[in-house]
Amino acid sequence: MSDLLLFKDIDEPGLNTLAVYEGRGGYESLRKALRMTPEDVLRELEASGLRGRGGAGFQMGKKVSFLPKGSTEKFLVCNADESEPGTFKDRELLQKSPHMLIEGIVIASYAAGVRRSFIYIRGEYVLQADILEAALGEARAKGYVGEDILGSEHSLSLVVHRGAGAYICGEETGLLDSLEGKRGNPRLKPPFPANQGLYQGPTLINNVETLCTVPAIVRMGGSEYAKLGTETSTGTKLVSVSGHVRRPGNYEIELGIPSREIVYGLAGGPPEGREVKCWFPGGSSSPVLTREELDIRYDFDSLAKAGSMLGSGAVIVVDDSTPILDVAMKVAKFYRHESCGKCTPCREGTNWTVKMLERMDRGEATPMDLEIMASVQEHIMGNCLCVLGDAMAMPIGSMIAKFRDEFERHIEDGRLNVEDGRLNAPRTAGAAT
Amino acid sequence: MNGSNEMSAAEQRGRGSLEVPEGLRREIEAHMALYPDTRSAALPALEAAQRVHGWCSPEAIEQVACVMGVTPAELDAVATFYDMLETEPVGEHSVYVCTNISCSLRGADELYAAIRDAAGEDPAFNVRAFECLGACDIAPMASVDGVYVGPLCIEDVPQLLEDVRAGRPVLPDKQLATRLVADPRANSREFPAHPAQGGTRG
Repeated sequence: MSDLLLFKDIDEPGLNTLAVYEGRGGYESLRKALRMTPEDVLRELEASGLRGRGGAGFQMGKKVSFLPKGSTEKFLVCNADESEPGTFKDRELLQKSPHMLIEGIVIASYAAGVRRSFIYIRGEYVLQADILEAALGEARAKGYVGEDILGSEHSLSLVVHRGAGAYICGEETGLLDSLEGKRGNPRLKPPFPANQGLYQGPTLINNVETLCTVPAIVRMGGSEYAKLGTETSTGTKLVSVSGHVRRPGNYEIELGIPSREIVYGLAGGPPEGREVKCWFPGGSSSPVLTREELDIRYDFDSLAKAGSMLGSGAVIVVDDSTPILDVAMKVAKFYRHESCGKCTPCREGTNWTVKMLERMDRGEATPMDLEIMASVQEHIMGNCLCVLGDAMAMPIGSMIAKFRDEFERHIEDGRLNVEDGRLNAPRTAGAAT
Repeated sequence: MNGSNEMSAAEQRGRGSLEVPEGLRREIEAHMALYPDTRSAALPALEAAQRVHGWCSPEAIEQVACVMGVTPAELDAVATFYDMLETEPVGEHSVYVCTNISCSLRGADELYAAIRDAAGEDPAFNVRAFECLGACDIAPMASVDGVYVGPLCIEDVPQLLEDVRAGRPVLPDKQLATRLVADPRANSREFPAHPAQGGTRG
């Protein structure tokens, strides 16, 4: 296991203040970057192989290189709208090491030729936004943000923008509309934000953890960073482990370790006497994996090959005391609530999935409901402007595929309840199994 | 609050003037100055108006619209989209209980019911089941007037409400702000043990 990069000194008292951060070598990477040309900084980012830590896993250096060159006004937006269920890693960074994020933003904007930047932080993160604003004030006063940073020709404005509670604003184009003061409806892509984003200008959007990694890459050099992790999933990753584990929390891992090491080694596994029933490797949007799949390596490609995804790095563990129907219901209800309503497959598909699950819960479902539910998921996939609908279809589809027996048993149990001639006696939630 | 609240927004418009509390106007204008397009200030402006009026009332929205130079309908469309903007009158103290997957696996639904029952009809509280608040490490948890507390058990509920009523810091020992990172390699200090908890249906 390598040394920690992002969590090094994370619980040092006062790390959120400039004095302590500088005392730990903070802003040295910025000084180093400003002595390099923007092109050289970009080359280091590309050499690092760093993939976006927000969910999609797109190479960060490549994303920067997609921005048009020249004098067009460009924007950098840091996505701090962390709201994928199960994810709480960015919260830790924002609260405990806000200067690392600011330093990363200033370096990335230098490499990308950006002079205006924003941090879109979810409105629920009150403490974190307050800490971030205080840190930004210190950074401005010290000349790390503003005009002619540290005597260079690079200038950058940075604004902390607070959201007001909407999952979809974590989707990059929904975020942009929200930042423009509108409802957070996703936009049609293309054009992609790199060409037409905020205020129709070219925009680089990166997750908090991604940007926090930038100072480490500049410090180590891109190729040195790329030695960590696997060939296609370089570096370290923060994982948020939650649900039925003994030690829930954030851990920094080197990509490519066996998933079992995260679930059992770090987080302690389920409570005594329980077993893992299923687990989400990358937030509630990721297809679930079973206990037999715990030895899969935790990196972008291994998880993709297993039919799931690394997503935001949120590992949610469900133990064998929980009916799969309850898990499916929670997940489906969340996406129904958060669907912006713009695209029909998502708006209707999430709603009907919840209705069918409720029928099963009440003992009113027929085996056909399961087939219809499975087919609804297939018809959502890829048919909407954004992936919110897919984010329900993927986990629900995987639950039907992997726990079909249990769903069928549940439906059959419900059917037997009408034997006494009364119509479908209501049952308590999750009484099956 | 100032005297202008005694009149409805419509009445004021009829009189050709809409008074906006001076502090609110200044706050909204300060937000507008931060962006290349002033409309970007809509969310912070509505949040500020909600703080003054208690909710995004038609009057609050009229006032924001007046300062920002947009129509109330545009802001209405925005306010109805976001969970933290209230479009009905609500209690002064918000208690958002996370009932998403990770919290519910650790008893959040029972916690939410207990808080609702205990707060009862007390008009001071706005108890809501909320989507993932990004604090599954302290599941089950709640955000009380923006302060994250957890892991909560049913026994914490009376104290939680009492702290809010008395204007004290809510459950100081359970505030997220004091919590260390779980990774044992990230700090050499002793990490407080997570209370042993089972599933929802132990």
